[in-house]
Amino acid sequence: MTRQQFAVSAAVVAAGALLGSSAGSALAQDLTVTSWGGSYQDAQRKVYFEPFKQETGINLVEDVWNGGVGAIRAKVEGGGQEWDVVQVEAEELVLGCEEGLYEPIDWDAVGGKDQFIDAAVDDCGVGTIVWSTAVSYDADKIKDNPPTSWADFWDTEKYPGKRGLRRGPKYTLEFALMADGVAPAEVYDVLRTEEGVDRAFAKLDEIKGDVIWWEAGAQPIQLLGSGEVVMTSAYNGRISAANQEEGRNFKVVWPGSIYAVDSWVILANSPHKEAGLEFIAFASQPERQSHLPESIAYGVTHREAAAEIDKEILKDLPTAPENLEVSIELDTEFWVENIEPLTERFTAWAAQ
Amino acid sequence: MAGGRATLDAAAASELAALRRRLRRSERRRRLEAALLVAPLFLFLAVFFLAPIAGMLWRSVENPELREVMPRTAAAIAAWNGEDLPDEQVFAVFAGELREAYDAKTLATAAKRLASDLEGFRSVLFSTARKLPDEPRRPWREELTALDPAWGEQATWAAIQRAAAPLTPLYLLAAVDRQVDASGQIVPVPPEQAIYVGILLRTFWIGFVVTALCLLLGYPLAYKLAALPTGVANLLMILVLLPFWTSLLVRTGAWVVLLQREGPVNGLLQALHLADQPLQLVYNRFGVYVAMTHILLPFMVLPLYSVMRGVPREYMRAAASLGAGPLRAFLRVYLPQTVPGIGAGCLLVFILAIGYYITPALVGGANDQMVSYFVAFFTNQTINWGMAAALGAVLLIATLVLFALYARLVGLDRLKLG
Repeated sequence: MTRQQFAVSAAVVAAGALLGSSAGSALAQDLTVTSWGGSYQDAQRKVYFEPFKQETGINLVEDVWNGGVGAIRAKVEGGGQEWDVVQVEAEELVLGCEEGLYEPIDWDAVGGKDQFIDAAVDDCGVGTIVWSTAVSYDADKIKDNPPTSWADFWDTEKYPGKRGLRRGPKYTLEFALMADGVAPAEVYDVLRTEEGVDRAFAKLDEIKGDVIWWEAGAQPIQLLGSGEVVMTSAYNGRISAANQEEGRNFKVVWPGSIYAVDSWVILANSPHKEAGLEFIAFASQPERQSHLPESIAYGVTHREAAAEIDKEILKDLPTAPENLEVSIELDTEFWVENIEPLTERFTAWAAQ
Repeated sequence: MAGGRATLDAAAASELAALRRRLRRSERRRRLEAALLVAPLFLFLAVFFLAPIAGMLWRSVENPELREVMPRTAAAIAAWNGEDLPDEQVFAVFAGELREAYDAKTLATAAKRLASDLEGFRSVLFSTARKLPDEPRRPWREELTALDPAWGEQATWAAIQRAAAPLTPLYLLAAVDRQVDASGQIVPVPPEQAIYVGILLRTFWIGFVVTALCLLLGYPLAYKLAALPTGVANLLMILVLLPFWTSLLVRTGAWVVLLQREGPVNGLLQALHLADQPLQLVYNRFGVYVAMTHILLPFMVLPLYSVMRGVPREYMRAAASLGAGPLRAFLRVYLPQTVPGIGAGCLLVFILAIGYYITPALVGGANDQMVSYFVAFFTNQTINWGMAAALGAVLLIATLVLFALYARLVGLDRLKLG
């Protein structure tokens, strides 16, 4: 695939995702699993989806989304039964669980809570990956003095050009505070105060004209690849995948990255709850999970699977000890309380 | 004789009456036939066009959430005079329903409605519900205020009272950057939240610029096409229509590729030494104008072309033979005859342009988004359909006003759509 072709397909994928893609319109008896598209979903297809179809004979169809508990609310309250199993982010898990949007998980069927890392266990969901959002740059273009922090990300004199950030307040506000000199460990303490939020927005004002906002996980890789941005926040797995599959030389800046756990949930109005649980149990087996990092650089949640990972692969995962040490965990509790008001404030800020 | 004449007159009159009846009957039949022929279209429009619009307008003032989730609270708070705090009885009813709603997992519906009026209400409701004791150790008013000081504030209960009314002006006011303050006055929202009037103006400005660009590019093109022999014109027309048949997403995606930093357009500019470094051509207003003009151009060319085909060439020649120069002949003779096409094309392009969503979302920056982006944001992201409907209603009303203005200034009879 040439760069241009890649760019077109990436843009079209992004557009489809923006439109609330309904690719793979499901038949009534199909199990629809919705994930995050791009190279991540390619890896999931290889490790989970295809083997599941072969072993169980259940016809699994896929869909793609870009997050937001509102999207789930619309699916459940709107009465449409297009989605059965969805991979959600941490605060979507808590918010949706509180609102009754998810089916409670039968943990015995999945193998027991004690088999998984603590952050992967919830009444409404089963954690599936540990992933990071980090600064990424093209080492073929920035050869000397590469960026090492969010302060560098904000430094438009040292690194002229546009920057990519995920559209929305989550991560963006944390990164802004770290760029402003707040120690990673204190980011959420500061963000819990009104002055802290104002400070983050004030810091964002500094680079407002230099930011290209992305929504789908495939977009930052495309922006970086086409030279549209000099650096961007991106999901670490996508960066490694671009290096592996397209021979790129993108680098992940681990210091100041934020990691979080994504979980599988079953929607409360799904007509295929049993098949959904069967899929989650299948995808949570250690022998399945341990193959995921070979295809995409995300950490896994089953203790046995996590222990089995090859050292060479581990160093690129958010769960590698040296990477964990310099990053912080997403504060789910903070975002559960604040995602909606801060999303509205962020949207108003961005539109002005 | 007189009697005979009277009989004759009577006969003629009765014949005339019969004739009239027949005429009326046949006219009725014709009208019925016409009505039957129009009925399917009329029904279609009513079901798929008028009803959704009416539904949208209704949704922008509808206020059902609190009345569904907490019906007794809604009834109890209606009697409150809005001063100080409601009675202990209202507090008790509310506390009971808060528990029920939390257990039944319906609290989120009410929380969403209240949070759209008063920021932070969601967390107040949920954190109170999580800590709510089964039996109060003291009056509910003190109990709730101890759990969260917000329950001791008049503004909190005023928001609940507003949410308990059958209809609400909240969304429509918010769509024009207004709100109701604690004393019931309509006041502007704080400047950092006031965005929608600006976005509405931006939407119309982008629509205006795109329409002007389409006219500038489309008029000479349609003129040339209309002057060519039919065969050649048809062939060239296919070139105009070709992009028309290509998916909007593909065309927008193609513009991203063309205009990006290392894309062909920047490459060409640099090769020709017209630019020293790559220009920012996409993810900004420029990209929006380019992509939207390209996509909407056929809607300008088609009505212009069809009108221009109908303008006899002889008129220009006649004007020239009467001594008018080419410019004068064009301005005084040709241009006025194409006004119906210009009007139709501009109206079509403008109205389509102000509804655009996906193209600005892909090739624009954060401050190039138009009203539709926010309709989609409230529909899909925050699921605040009241707000989405209100923005849609404001856009609809503003467009109707512009349309009425156009009808007044130019006249609808001077409109030719093809």
